[in-house]
Amino acid sequence: MAPLSPGRTVFRHRIATRLWHWVNAVALFVLLGSGLGISNAHPRLYWGPYGANFDAAWWQLPRFPGWLTIPAGYNLALSRRWHLFFALVLAFGLLAYMVASLFNRHFARDLRIRRGELGAAHLAEDVRDHWNFRFHDPDDPGRYNTLQKLSYVAVLFVLLPLVIITGIALSPGMNAAWPWVLDLFGGRQSARSVHFLSMIGLAGFTVVHLVLVILAGAVNEVRSMLTGWWRVPETGAAE
Amino acid sequence: MILPRRSVLAAGAGLALAGCDRIVQVPAARRILFAGEDMQRGLHRALTDRGALAPEYRIDQMSPLFRSNGTNDPGTADYHALAADRFANWRLAVGGLVDRPGAFSLAQLRSMPIRSQITRHDCVEGWSAIGQWAGPMLGTLLHACGIRRSARFVVFRCADLYGGQPYYESIDTIDAFHPQTIVALELNGKVLDIPHGAPARLRVERQLGYKHAKYLQSIEAVASLDGIGKGQGGYWEDNVDYDWYAGI
Repeated sequence: MAPLSPGRTVFRHRIATRLWHWVNAVALFVLLGSGLGISNAHPRLYWGPYGANFDAAWWQLPRFPGWLTIPAGYNLALSRRWHLFFALVLAFGLLAYMVASLFNRHFARDLRIRRGELGAAHLAEDVRDHWNFRFHDPDDPGRYNTLQKLSYVAVLFVLLPLVIITGIALSPGMNAAWPWVLDLFGGRQSARSVHFLSMIGLAGFTVVHLVLVILAGAVNEVRSMLTGWWRVPETGAAE
Repeated sequence: MILPRRSVLAAGAGLALAGCDRIVQVPAARRILFAGEDMQRGLHRALTDRGALAPEYRIDQMSPLFRSNGTNDPGTADYHALAADRFANWRLAVGGLVDRPGAFSLAQLRSMPIRSQITRHDCVEGWSAIGQWAGPMLGTLLHACGIRRSARFVVFRCADLYGGQPYYESIDTIDAFHPQTIVALELNGKVLDIPHGAPARLRVERQLGYKHAKYLQSIEAVASLDGIGKGQGGYWEDNVDYDWYAGI
């Protein structure tokens, strides 16, 4: 079978993926900004079930400036309103996307890591390709490369569930209803620390994701996430 | 052409952040955003056990020092006069939708069955402290006064002024009759001190700290929160847009 030639367009992202991508992008954006606003109320992180001003903090966080927080001026009540509304968007959005992706076989087809992909030689080659800005396999340009798969899998199945479950662990009402969540993390202040760390992971992913979208061709990538149709780039095959 | 695109992205993010501040000025958008509280409360009440107990801890898991927050001393002449007599003249009034309104002295409250619990106090700001609280269950008090079936909320009025306005709080009857909801008279085995709310404070263990009204003066059973304060059910809810349901 002839490989897809550069310049051809392929249907790459189904409606469930595209819808969730943008809903989730908005939710993450609001949750990051409002979360940093909430952090400013008590910028100290602890391990264990309790932690307050007299206790030893493992991380004294900086005060996040107004251009990073929602709202810009310190307002814990409004930060919480934003955060707790979009927490529902994030959690139920992820749930709906996961169910849809099982049914439309997005997970099985695009994200399943195949035998051999995790081999040292293959991973080294993938890193080399990234280093040279080659993101697409010329023989099958529509496929995700291994580092891409690994980072999507890490975000979908580790970081997002982790940030949601540690968020639930911060609710005193949910602590009564589901005490096992607290036990999972070793107490509420530990869960709060893990919540912050998983936020850093998600923020880091977002930055790398945006940079790679730009390097891979922002117009083509954004259009494909809007319409589903993606043009096979020249560079992928040319190099 | 990477840099210009990046700066466009950064500028876009900055604009979007500022946009969020503009959005909450729009009444309809604000209503949607604030409906998040009702959704969270609805999910909690619908999907979880309404009688579920907050985690309780062992003595060796307690905070070495339990910080106080909010008002550290109501500072009024009336309060200082009560404190000078170690609250011998203090009475906790219970009224509203009850058949037998009452006024309880500290000695009367102490003679009721006392529940002691080591629980975690979570401030809305993010910190937590674990302490041992003891006092009669609020439900005992409400039953003693013959609370009527028409009551849906219980309002707590406090001796302290916050920003010049009287502090008050309210909870629904689900939390009011929860076994861990107590009128605490002791912290860590000692009579409640002034920074922690002497002589009596509410403990409502499945909600955040600002619901745990200190310096209690009166308890009122009501059918609606309309007309009390500014109608949002508490000092913070009225003045600073905090959620009335603080279980999250």
